[in-house]
Amino acid sequence: MNQVLLRINDLRLDFHTDDGVFKVLDGVSLEIRRGKALGLVGETGCGKSVTGNAILGLIPKPAGKILGGEILFEGVDLLQLPEKEMRKLRGKKISMIFQDPFTALNPAYTVGDQIGEAILLHQESGGKQEVVEKTIRIMEMVGIPKPAERLEDYPHQLSGGMRQRVIIAMALSCNPPLLIADEPTTALDVTIQAQVLELMSELNRKAGFSLLLISHDLGIISQMCDDVSIMYAGSIVETADMETFFASHQHPYSEGLIGSIPRIGSAQEKLQTISGTVPSLVNPPPGCRFHPRCKFTMEKCRREKPTLREITPGHKIACFKVTE
Amino acid sequence: MIMEELLRVKNLKKYFPIRRGVFKKVVGHVRAVDDVSFALSPKQVLGLVGESGCGKTTVGRTILRLWEPTGGSIFYEGQDITHGGKEEVKKLRSKMQIVFQDPHASLSPRMRVGTIIDRVMALHSALSARQRRERAIELMEKMGLLPDHYLRYPHELSGGQQQRVGIIRALCVQPNFLILDEPTSALDVSVQAQILNLLKDVQKDMDLAMLFISHNLGVIDHCCNRIAVMYAGKIVEIADRDALFKSPAHPYTRALLSSILDIGKRKGAGQIILKGEIPSLSTPPMGCRFHTRCFARVEGCDRQEAPWVEVGKDHFAACHLAGSFRGSKT
Repeated sequence: MNQVLLRINDLRLDFHTDDGVFKVLDGVSLEIRRGKALGLVGETGCGKSVTGNAILGLIPKPAGKILGGEILFEGVDLLQLPEKEMRKLRGKKISMIFQDPFTALNPAYTVGDQIGEAILLHQESGGKQEVVEKTIRIMEMVGIPKPAERLEDYPHQLSGGMRQRVIIAMALSCNPPLLIADEPTTALDVTIQAQVLELMSELNRKAGFSLLLISHDLGIISQMCDDVSIMYAGSIVETADMETFFASHQHPYSEGLIGSIPRIGSAQEKLQTISGTVPSLVNPPPGCRFHPRCKFTMEKCRREKPTLREITPGHKIACFKVTE
Repeated sequence: MIMEELLRVKNLKKYFPIRRGVFKKVVGHVRAVDDVSFALSPKQVLGLVGESGCGKTTVGRTILRLWEPTGGSIFYEGQDITHGGKEEVKKLRSKMQIVFQDPHASLSPRMRVGTIIDRVMALHSALSARQRRERAIELMEKMGLLPDHYLRYPHELSGGQQQRVGIIRALCVQPNFLILDEPTSALDVSVQAQILNLLKDVQKDMDLAMLFISHNLGVIDHCCNRIAVMYAGKIVEIADRDALFKSPAHPYTRALLSSILDIGKRKGAGQIILKGEIPSLSTPPMGCRFHTRCFARVEGCDRQEAPWVEVGKDHFAACHLAGSFRGSKT
């Protein structure tokens, strides 16, 4: 069986707005292995959420324009699928957990209705009773206490952590092979975050789905994921399995990113910083988009965009300094 | 002894009334800060760490008298500042300043950066307009902004630059005490690192004392030399940084430390995952407020409030079992 469940090849995408054309994705390539978790890391505005949304075909039209590339899911290019086919896929084959549990649920429906809806839509089974039973089973699975009593609750009656559990229950109700989680714990407190992450890795182990975890927090990613892809200003700059990445990351941006995290007990006087700020996507720098902030900029970096090259098996990097 | 203390907070309480009905009758109180005491010496950086809603922001704002305390007292340089009138509060603010969490929301969108800084200086110093402008530009250059930025509006700046303006606004009156309320939580890590380095530099250069409020233990560890941990409106543990990280005495501190996700490591079996959720502050649990989630709970925790135990040198924890966690010392 094919090892790779989802592969994105050179995805490019623009957003046309009143403020100009934002070149949001500039050749994104990544791979999610079957049953494994891939962490997609980057700072605000680097395009990581857009990448997640693109997989599900949730790019707003007509503002968003896909210029090229392909998204291969089980061998099928999702970009070529008609909307009708995409709808069958969403929730059944690919599900998504959004960042903010306060806005991702509909305040006007009970949580039982909202979890049951996905089951009702995608499963052949007929009876209402059966849907309710399934809903309760799934709520139990995600650790909602006394699920039968919670069925009739509205989202506002639940805490942030419980709402995020409801959202996870919705996402997993049809046993999808791929789950996309976009900053699933950013809105939660650390002790609640620990609960939700524990739940997700347990479900990941048990249910065996693949996970695309989008986050700005390398700490979360390193706890949850098998592989990691680092994204900067619309492209992947480095990708590797977790151990290789932390042992021998080589892209100047990866290095800066790791060095800028304050770590307990390291007793360093100064944090490493990356000079400058994230570039505007309306007028991105030519060549390598990181070159204005890079310590090792060469003449070539200003002219040409480096592509992802494999330096050791599974470890790819887009940087002229390393690959040449 | 008194000379060594810059700030002392004693049994500070801040309750917010809950009002219901047509007549806005007070039906209860949110006990955001309930009996909090600590002291701060000059040049010391005290970290105040806790989850959202634990009252850490309220502590900061109440000290500055942005909110009126419900009970307790606050001493600054030996003086009781709990009840002073408008004039006294104004004088106070030339010595104590605050940097807010969200730089975008805390700068007026209608004012130029220069005006934002100048307003504060005009209020608190006797400098002439020209001197103020010179001082503002000098500070801006020191904080990594360009003189050009003086005439810009906040929306033209990036988040990191906006927060630099927030810091300049606080520092331009040359305070000796600065409250930082989650100064970097709205920023990306690479920008956060720049701001943290900057804060460390100004702390040294200006001999500032700081109260550093954050939920991020990594940030707290990097910036502070003493740390207080808050839970549900109370301080549960206070200690010097190294003591706290090496030998945490309160179960909540231990859980908090184990929730840190360090990079490059997968968590093993050692992680403490707390059950349940943060209690409501309008009806806090009886006894020790942490007992509903505590993994080390014993008989009596749900009835008696935990005593304040000295577990080491300058290391205190509010727990019935605090002594037993680290082999009790006097």
